[in-house]
Amino acid sequence: MSRDLVLGSIRRSLGVSGGEAPRRTVTGERLARHPRGVVPERGAQPPRKRVNLFRAMLAEASGSTEEVTSLDDVPAAVAAYLRSKNLPMSVRRGGDPLLASVPWEREGTLEVTVGRSDGDQLASVSHAFRGVAETGTLVLTSGSDNPTTLNFLPEHHIVVLEARDIVGDYESVWDALRKKVGVKMPRTVNWITGASRSADIEQVLLNGAHGPKGLHVIVVGKP
Amino acid sequence: MSVPITSPQFKGNARAALKDVQLQRALGKVESGFIGKRAQVAARLPEFEQLRDLARDIKDHTLAHLDLYLEAYEARVKESGGQVHWAATADDARRIVLDICRRLDAKTVTKGKSMIAEEIGLNAHLSEAGIVPIETDLGEYIIQLRDEAPSHIIAPAIHLNKEQIEADFRRVHTDLPPERNLDEPASLMAEARAVLREKFLAADVGITGANFLIAETGTSVIVTNEGNGDLTQTLPKAHIVLASIEKVVPTLEDVSTILRVLARSATGQEISVYTTFSTGPRRADDPDGPGEYHVVLLDNGRSSMLSGKFREMLRCIRCGACMNHCPVYGAVGGHAYGWVYPGPMGAVLTPSLIGVDKAGHLPNASTFCGRCEEVCPVRIPLPKLMRHWREREFERHLSPATVRTGLGVWAFFARRPRLYRWATQRAMRFLAFFGGNRGRMHWLPFAGGWTRHRDFPIPERETFQVQWARQKKAEAKAVAEAEADARRAAETATKENAEAAQ
Repeated sequence: MSRDLVLGSIRRSLGVSGGEAPRRTVTGERLARHPRGVVPERGAQPPRKRVNLFRAMLAEASGSTEEVTSLDDVPAAVAAYLRSKNLPMSVRRGGDPLLASVPWEREGTLEVTVGRSDGDQLASVSHAFRGVAETGTLVLTSGSDNPTTLNFLPEHHIVVLEARDIVGDYESVWDALRKKVGVKMPRTVNWITGASRSADIEQVLLNGAHGPKGLHVIVVGKP
Repeated sequence: MSVPITSPQFKGNARAALKDVQLQRALGKVESGFIGKRAQVAARLPEFEQLRDLARDIKDHTLAHLDLYLEAYEARVKESGGQVHWAATADDARRIVLDICRRLDAKTVTKGKSMIAEEIGLNAHLSEAGIVPIETDLGEYIIQLRDEAPSHIIAPAIHLNKEQIEADFRRVHTDLPPERNLDEPASLMAEARAVLREKFLAADVGITGANFLIAETGTSVIVTNEGNGDLTQTLPKAHIVLASIEKVVPTLEDVSTILRVLARSATGQEISVYTTFSTGPRRADDPDGPGEYHVVLLDNGRSSMLSGKFREMLRCIRCGACMNHCPVYGAVGGHAYGWVYPGPMGAVLTPSLIGVDKAGHLPNASTFCGRCEEVCPVRIPLPKLMRHWREREFERHLSPATVRTGLGVWAFFARRPRLYRWATQRAMRFLAFFGGNRGRMHWLPFAGGWTRHRDFPIPERETFQVQWARQKKAEAKAVAEAEADARRAAETATKENAEAAQ
């Protein structure tokens, strides 16, 4: 009922019936072809510079980063981060194949559990789908590989990102996602740029509002 | 129950706000924070102005095809397992939300920041039904404790100082040790984080707003810095999205363009910390996420705005830049505007939604300095739209008698240029005589409303028109003299050349 009321009122105001073929063609084509708008030049860099830009932009948003040469180095990097924050040697990760292939056993004291977060974990490890150099933004997709709760409930969020997955701009992320999953979006796509923050009290900017107080990105491999 | 409207008492509200010492201290920080950061981050992106044009064009295109994009959006939401509920009025929207909460036997509901929820007075409605709504955005949480409305669309507690917030936390969080230290914003935030963490985990339903709806994919988008919106929508059994119909945009590419101007215009960030794209409920292989996903599409007067002069207002992406840059907002704060939407955008939108008879003062509360239009990321001509409201208020005989009489007297003279010139010249001389050498006067007959609060500047002894005429004459004379000089110089040169040639 309300549906007809609202659509009817919109059409009356626009002076259309909704059945006009040219209007349907215009919207249908836009949805099917999803043309790009103006894409800032900033991200259009050769791979090495793109990684540098990603790291610099994320640092501005209070996210820390480091580069390692291979997945073999990830356990030591994770352990070092936990030590630097005085955290227990324990992380939670999802079933992501890349994270599963990491030789966690090399870091003997590090406990790695698999699953979603129920709020009791202090640190988590996710694998990002892409990184966007333009603003230092991580893109994570939901699912059992990388449960969404791992992005928000733990106090520290460690993200593994392959250097070759750092793209220049948001549009490149959508292209990659369409290629991977087709027309259906994952339930959640999270763009994350830095640690949780708020300036709601006297406009004083503080980290750790509701989400992670720390965001650390381990960039793996050659760009 | 709906949000109490005090917009008709704008003048009284403003007067009280100007005398409120706490408020004035808090408002002093608005300019230093937002304005400089926005300018910096905009200057850093060479394409920023182009992106603003494009953002405007995307919204215009979408509004012109709103029926079709909403249909496409609805179809995609259904395909992904979500439900779309259309709400023609605020009452419809409240009923839909309450029905969902009741069906799920909800005790507590967590809420991300949503201006639509404010617009429809959702919290009061849920509370009356015995369901506890919990605001989770830090600013919203604070004002909920105080039973206040937000005073800014992106910084709801901007009118408060930390001492006030400390007092509220001590009053409400009585199970915490009274000797704890809450001197700093950091300790206040840590306390709110701990208190709200339990609420997130216990909530039955999560309600968020939406910055955008994407027709291409049936996706709702929220933009936050705290991560509260994500915890709100990920943990409970159901996620309800409250969105007004104009929030839809066609594609992921379109939303990317608009996101590039949103955070930069709002807080001066390159991008907000969390931008979250949600499509439907939990999937078969999902270990987390809401079991149900509902979208409530609210009209509440917006579809009618599509037909008239105010369609451009529907481009608004709620960044708050107009109020950050508004001298009137900066002086009186958001509560004086008397309803949900303050500042220049509120001055245009509020009369559309609650009626110019109630909100007629708001479009008058403007100096027409134009800063709002200069910074609006979707280039809404806010001063022009406020002027439309003034015209409409006049046409509908809603302006007070003194204003109408004053305009009538002015119009009488303005239509008779000779009489106008004669009268203004006399008036200038009279005022100049009256004001003596002080350059201003403290009292003026029939203008107590002005001179009670500030001095009236004494006009120059002549009218603008007289000065303009004299200057034109002087310029013409100067030009004529210069031409004559040039002519003489040329003649001399020709003569000299001729002599040299001989």
